[in-house]
Amino acid sequence: MAKFPKPAEGSWTEHYPQIGTKPVNYEDSISPEFYELERTAIFGRTWLNVGRVEQIPRTGNYFTKELDAVPTSVVVVRDKSGEVRAFHNICRHRGNKLVWDDYPREETSGTCRQFTCKYHGWRYDLEGALTFVQQESEFFDLDKNAYGLVPVRCEVWEGFIFVNMDPDAEPLEGYLGELGAGLKGYPFGEMTQRYSYRAEVGSNWKLFVDAFMEFYHAPVLHGRQAVAEESEKLAKYGYEALAYEIDGPHALVSSWGGMSPPKDLDMVKPSERVLRSGLFGPWDKTIDIDLPPGVNPSKMPQWGEDSFLFFPNFMILIWEPGWYLTYHYWPTAYNRHVFEASLYFTPPRNATERIRQEMARVSFKEYGLQDGNTLEATQTMIETRVVTEFPLCDQEIALRHLHNTARQYVADHQASTETPVDIRA
Amino acid sequence: MTMLPDAFSDLEPFAAKWCIEGQDARYAERLASTMPELQAFYDATLPRLADIMSYLDGFDLASIPSEPQNHNLLLLAYSFVQMSFSVEAWGQPRVPDSGAAEILAVYEPAI
Ligand code: FES
Ligand SMILES: [Fe+2]
Repeated sequence: MAKFPKPAEGSWTEHYPQIGTKPVNYEDSISPEFYELERTAIFGRTWLNVGRVEQIPRTGNYFTKELDAVPTSVVVVRDKSGEVRAFHNICRHRGNKLVWDDYPREETSGTCRQFTCKYHGWRYDLEGALTFVQQESEFFDLDKNAYGLVPVRCEVWEGFIFVNMDPDAEPLEGYLGELGAGLKGYPFGEMTQRYSYRAEVGSNWKLFVDAFMEFYHAPVLHGRQAVAEESEKLAKYGYEALAYEIDGPHALVSSWGGMSPPKDLDMVKPSERVLRSGLFGPWDKTIDIDLPPGVNPSKMPQWGEDSFLFFPNFMILIWEPGWYLTYHYWPTAYNRHVFEASLYFTPPRNATERIRQEMARVSFKEYGLQDGNTLEATQTMIETRVVTEFPLCDQEIALRHLHNTARQYVADHQASTETPVDIRA
Repeated sequence: MTMLPDAFSDLEPFAAKWCIEGQDARYAERLASTMPELQAFYDATLPRLADIMSYLDGFDLASIPSEPQNHNLLLLAYSFVQMSFSVEAWGQPRVPDSGAAEILAVYEPAI
């Protein structure tokens, strides 16, 4: 018996007929060939979020981002006029990685007036222009204007910095669609207290997106994180989302959440009771927030959290108590990726608020460790191909959509690059 | 001089082990502990948690790191939060079935 209303078609999945209800083939997550295609078809063509403006508040602040899947490394910098720019992180002289410290493959950040190559000392200003060449007279008709850093398309949306390798890609705002538009105005910029995490995960990148775009698993996999009685109730109850939305390549899961604060204090663990904080964050709001229309789209009073997936690999989670979380999944091989998570809160005004944030971040890690470890267990077994088709339920609609979308991007790319038949032959 | 403020002398026996900077280091200490050690720290600290918060709220948060005893008390509270799951949820130091998984804190605010 459904607890929350579903669309007239009877299910969320059938409400979006293009998605289909048949068992899903996971070859897209275990095939090295498919991953090679995804690199160009998806990561070479879509808007990729690489950070936030608060990471580079002042002129000369920069950070680098390794994009293995593309592959490239980019350097993102605040230029002299205050604009955010991105460049491929390569020196025009002989190709050394321009910005790095100690380990060339590790990301870095800092502040500079210009970028100086470690190899022969060529220098570039914050706008990417080549300004100095060591022993310039030794070169042959070198036109410095022709050797600036190679720019990468870079646009900022609500403080989130995105890059795109495709010069023909539509502008970022259009790409983010209705789901993006509905999030505009959320006070991301006020939540500057950041805690960031990184994990190397032995699975295809899409499997971790899968794990965070359904909560069908939550009462089971995470059952023991609730107090025993509550856990039994949750398991019997199962999980139903308040709403799902599919918008272009993107998706949203909107969830209920009765834990912040719980109706009955006995529902939560003793430390949560004292701290007034838990997985859903500190129970007491620190700022008033007028939620933008795209958040809690069904306008249900039970609302607790929304998970937005902006294809391919960027998630924003908005929590009812007034904080947000981002996830990124950066593939490094068909069966490996780097997972990143950042929790953002308003700056704590006292020790109590700070300790409550500690509870939220520790809870995040406890759940994340459980989620993360099932992935390798899944990857290794689907790679056996003993079973190739998997039935997904209505609460897994966003997963169907993700895998459909990935396959569609690859198919479209293949169609557009098919070598044209030479009619003169 | 004690590690913790005088009002928390009852928690002093736990200070040397649990006043730790950095979430990864606090998690590592939890994994390196036995359940009796975790239980003892939990039992002593849970009833004092509200006192810790109201005591520290008497100070400007930004000033706490420069006052060693207050800073230690804050770190002890972080450690309590970190290990409470072992006692309240898992009955073991480690998150169950998390053998191969690792999630590292790569950026933490100054306080
Ligand atoms: S490679 Fe950069 S200056 Fe030579
Ligand atoms: Fe989960």
